[in-house]
Amino acid sequence: MNIILDGLGLGAIYALIALGYTMVYGIAKLLNFAHGDIIMVGAYAILTMLNANGNPWIAIIVSVVVCTAAGIIIERFAYRPLRSASPLAVLITAIGVSYFLQSLAQLVFGAKSRPVTLPALGNINLFGASVSVATIITLIIGAVIMAALTVFVNFTRIGRAMQAVSEDKGASQLMGINVNRIIMITFAIGSALAAFASLFYLMQIPATSPTLGSMPGIKAFTAAVIGGIGSIPGAMIGGVLLGLIEKICLSIPFLSAYTTAIEFGLLILILLVKPIGLLGKKRRVKV
Amino acid sequence: MEYIKNIKNSYKLKYNITYYIIIAIVTVTAVMAASGDLKRSTMGLLARISYSIIMALSLNLVVGFLGELSLGHGGFMCVGAYIGCFCANYLHNVISSPLLVLIVAMIIGGISAAFFGFIIGLPALRLKGDYLAIVTLAFGEIVRNVFKNLPWFGGAMGLSSVTYNADSLFVVGFVVVLIVLFLSQNLIRSKHGRAVTAIRDNEIAAKAMGINVTFYKLLIFVISAAFAGVAGVIYGHFTTPVMYSFFSYNYSIEVLVMVVLGGMASLNGSIIAATLITVVNFLLQDNLSGDLAALRLLIYALILIIVVLFNNSPAFAPIKEKLGIHKILEKISFRRKPGTVTDDKADWNKIETKIPMDEVLGVDFRTDEATPAGDTEEKEEKDNG
Repeated sequence: MNIILDGLGLGAIYALIALGYTMVYGIAKLLNFAHGDIIMVGAYAILTMLNANGNPWIAIIVSVVVCTAAGIIIERFAYRPLRSASPLAVLITAIGVSYFLQSLAQLVFGAKSRPVTLPALGNINLFGASVSVATIITLIIGAVIMAALTVFVNFTRIGRAMQAVSEDKGASQLMGINVNRIIMITFAIGSALAAFASLFYLMQIPATSPTLGSMPGIKAFTAAVIGGIGSIPGAMIGGVLLGLIEKICLSIPFLSAYTTAIEFGLLILILLVKPIGLLGKKRRVKV
Repeated sequence: MEYIKNIKNSYKLKYNITYYIIIAIVTVTAVMAASGDLKRSTMGLLARISYSIIMALSLNLVVGFLGELSLGHGGFMCVGAYIGCFCANYLHNVISSPLLVLIVAMIIGGISAAFFGFIIGLPALRLKGDYLAIVTLAFGEIVRNVFKNLPWFGGAMGLSSVTYNADSLFVVGFVVVLIVLFLSQNLIRSKHGRAVTAIRDNEIAAKAMGINVTFYKLLIFVISAAFAGVAGVIYGHFTTPVMYSFFSYNYSIEVLVMVVLGGMASLNGSIIAATLITVVNFLLQDNLSGDLAALRLLIYALILIIVVLFNNSPAFAPIKEKLGIHKILEKISFRRKPGTVTDDKADWNKIETKIPMDEVLGVDFRTDEATPAGDTEEKEEKDNG
């Protein structure tokens, strides 16, 4: 029971990060490798604000703002100039940005991991099992954010514009959509989600280091691909699935050492069997 | 005839100058090593340069010529290092000559890495898009995770290997560099190499010309993985124990930096950049300690971003023209001299009129109700019948 709840909590974190990956991929057709490091930026923003004045609410708001700004700046200066370049060039730049953020954080904050003291939330009794409140909060807020995002993408003007851009950039431009603006908004939303992910991450593991974002980033990315990259419900399902698998594997002594291998093995297996992911849309290539 | 002979001669010099330079450097250093003039650390540096060059050449085959991104080349190197050195440990009991053991280990390491390259490449290269990057990234992590936990390979302590004599390891390393360079150059200039570059430039057009896309992609990827495996064996004979942590994502990125800095699809560029970065690493190792070590990574990141932006962004085009970098490059480099036959980065690669086939023809004017392609074909068949 506890394992499954923990897995769901971790899955919610992965799903939030995976949403950022999948939205950006769906719309800009680019694997934003720097997305994982936005989480790290968010974590450091929380740390700095907590040390400065101690109010967790302000820290959360600041972290969201900082992450959003970081996302927009990265998009503007690293990706937008390459809109017409080959995918390989953009991919390499994305890796460069990810590396840049990591090493910058190391230069500014040091390589050592630093503890973050968020207010303790304790445990509550649920169905006879002691469950940490942090997990419950993660689950609830994660679900709310995902529901809100689904509504946003399907029922608002900007959300529909996003769908249009992801379908066909040229045609949506002809229909009067400002493609650059939509892509920027996508990056902003993805980065804001990453800020929430960093908050939940810190609630589970209260320490931050320059490489904090890379592993969850890569795993969330795996989740996005498993769910079908470009598909928003796919990212949610993939994230939760991966979180569950990770926690279950960790709880089995025989398998725990190979958790990472199992997760990535699952990715390769899924690509082998169903290359578009669980919920991915099949795109016909027309010649 | 005289004209053709001249061209042939100019090719000979141009194609072989890298070999001459490498052979000259290695001969000089080997003589110095034999006479004891060379410091031990320099010999170590040379060995490191040799496997870095092999890694860069290997990755350049995939990134530069195939146009796919591999983020787990460290993983193939890891496979080569572990399996090659694992076998070498046993071979030492059977074969007395360490050189022979090293050679056999390199073959075993290369083959095992190639085997994994095949397994990884088969699902990933059938797909269109950036899947190879994802799968190789996953592969790199899996390999490290597995080798870390397998007790036969030393587990978290790393696999202890028998190091090769440092005085001559770099000579062997550079001989392998020459072989790898020779194989890559001849591969790229062969019929198969032309097919691969054709796929990179326009996959659909290449398919239309009857090129088996998956086969060629897989071929290059497997060869590249094998080279990385060989580099791993050299690494394993240079340091002991072979640590899984060395072959991290960061190392794969470092190799990528070499390739990007040296220039995509430029083998000579890769060699120069690999040497440069390895030397810089070596020099900075002692001088930058603690958190300042991140400065090195910061510089790599900036190199990646700036080089790619500079080469690809339209915003930089006027600046490039103003600086006249192309003219300077033309003067310095052997290739691209006007009037001579150019190398494999020939001008037909860059013909401006290349129609963006995907975009032009990909526009679907039909409405949703229009019949899918399959149905019309069936109808036509019926009509014909």
